[in-house]
Amino acid sequence: MTKLFRKVFFFYYEGFRNMTVGKRLWLIIAIKLFIMFAIFKVFFFPNFLKTRFHNDHQRSEYVLEQLTTPNHKN
Amino acid sequence: MEILNAALVDWSRAQFALTAMFHWLFVPLTLGTSFIIAIMETIYVKTGKEIWKRITKFWMTLFAINFAIGVATGIILEFEFGTNWSNYSWFVGDIFGAPLAVEGIMAFFMESTFFAVMFFGWNKVSKKFHLISTWMVAIGSNLSALWILVANAWMQNPVGMKFNPVTARNEMVDFWEVLFSPTAINKFLHTVTSSYVLSAVFVLGVSAWFLLKKRNIALAKRSIVVSSTFGLIMIIVTIFNGDESAREVYRTQPMKFASLEGLYYGAQAAPLVTFGIFDIHKPTMENQNPKVFTNKFEVPKLLSLMATLKPNSYIPGINDFIKGNEQYGIVSYFDRIKMGKEAIGALKVYQKERGKNDSIANAALTTFKENYKYFGYGYYNDPYDLIPNVPLVFYSFHVMVGLGFWFLILFILGLVFVLKDKVQDKRWFLLTALWTIPLAWLASEAGWLVNEMGRQPWVIQDLMPTTTAISNINTTSVMITFFLFAVTFTVLFIAEVRIMLKQIKQLKDGGH
Ligand code: HEM
Repeated sequence: MTKLFRKVFFFYYEGFRNMTVGKRLWLIIAIKLFIMFAIFKVFFFPNFLKTRFHNDHQRSEYVLEQLTTPNHKN
Repeated sequence: MEILNAALVDWSRAQFALTAMFHWLFVPLTLGTSFIIAIMETIYVKTGKEIWKRITKFWMTLFAINFAIGVATGIILEFEFGTNWSNYSWFVGDIFGAPLAVEGIMAFFMESTFFAVMFFGWNKVSKKFHLISTWMVAIGSNLSALWILVANAWMQNPVGMKFNPVTARNEMVDFWEVLFSPTAINKFLHTVTSSYVLSAVFVLGVSAWFLLKKRNIALAKRSIVVSSTFGLIMIIVTIFNGDESAREVYRTQPMKFASLEGLYYGAQAAPLVTFGIFDIHKPTMENQNPKVFTNKFEVPKLLSLMATLKPNSYIPGINDFIKGNEQYGIVSYFDRIKMGKEAIGALKVYQKERGKNDSIANAALTTFKENYKYFGYGYYNDPYDLIPNVPLVFYSFHVMVGLGFWFLILFILGLVFVLKDKVQDKRWFLLTALWTIPLAWLASEAGWLVNEMGRQPWVIQDLMPTTTAISNINTTSVMITFFLFAVTFTVLFIAEVRIMLKQIKQLKDGGH
């Protein structure tokens, strides 16, 4: 079993080590994910209903209120 | 109740359109090149010829670049659902959340195993296992697109779910109806096969560039054989399933269908306008302008044939929907607005009286259910606000279809020239193939415009308009994120093109 794990580990390890264009791609992926999750998600994309209400009951009430107020938008 | 302003609606829509369209620059190339690579590797394994291994590895590198840059750009759309489209997200319920999460986890495991074998496994695993991994990557990436397309199809044709008036959420009634609705099947097939076409155009175009530069001739010619054959088969399939999609649109979204063809006034044995330029004075209630196009070329009876498979059938136009047409069983938008308002009013009463006055609540629930079909219409007063941007939808549809037929010709020419071993001498063809690369993206994005602009004002057909779907947040914050995304995605796009160009240009004859 440990032999298998070692084999798998070295498979990935050597694969990553021997990459050429891949290294730059990984860097791009890392930067992109950082920007998306650590900046965009945290600072710009709070979940509207989750942050404003405590429970699903309140969320349902709010959305029903939105749905049943016609002509407020059109 | 807060009043939502038009600017917020416009910015929220612009933001979603921007991110979805940028995301779509990467996705179709992943969907298609994965299969092209798998085909190439299969030829390598079958023939044992080293050149095919080299070919496979080259396209695999371009695939990896596109994958790396495009991966996770779709997550932005998920963020937007929660922040900007909260009413919509709540309304559709958890139905799509769980399958999307499962799909994400599956994709992660698939990618970390089969992708790794595909890229690191040359000379380390058996040829056969490597080949299986490459096919698994292709199949897996394509399946990853399934659920999001099913979700999109549900918005166009909301079947298999039931609205719960207590929670304001939809609940799954019939999973299979959602998954196998004809809209979902057509959407999945048309989206993936058109993506194969796009990828085949890409491979053909890049190979043409090699031939123009007189480099990597053997690699380029073989790539042209594969891409033209694959592309030819797939464009034929795409034309057929596109045609089927159009019939499905006619059935479930007839207003979108009328817009595809700029059909303001219904007609028996309706002609198909293959080319047309709109009169700027579009028909309205006031002017009743019967002249929709300034110039047009039409094929008699073809629209009726396309929509119903009967050349003399009546195809309702936009006017039929606005005013109604008893003969053909079309309820007017005026009446639908009335029924929509009844449904909305009844839902409000139900919400207020539930648990307090059961008989009133139950009566309201019955009224609500009777009129729910046209719920979304109740947000409107003027039926003319329920018409999509007809010229935009018309032009997008015609660009997509026109290019589809152009790709058909291109693949046929490519195949004939390469099989006659003359392709390297046809400079005009090579240049044309090269310049067709961006047109493949144009066709694909135009397809999405047809799909998404054609259904306006609906986010969920007949039930929820775009304006009701959005969250009431600060317009400025939406504007800021719009520009942040515009910058981020532009940088990613430039990175993609530059890294790809570098890889293409540095590919040396014979070496890798
Ligand atoms: C040549 C014949 C074609 C026909 C008859 C056709 C028909 C259609 C129709 C009717 C739709 C709208 C479906 C809906 O709103 O539900 C659509 C959407 C779309 N088309 Fe096409 N199409 C054709 C070619 C192409 C080509 C060549 C491409 C790209 C290379 C393409 C890409 C798309 C995409 C990405 C969508 C959006 C996804 C969808 O709704 O299926 N189409 N097409």
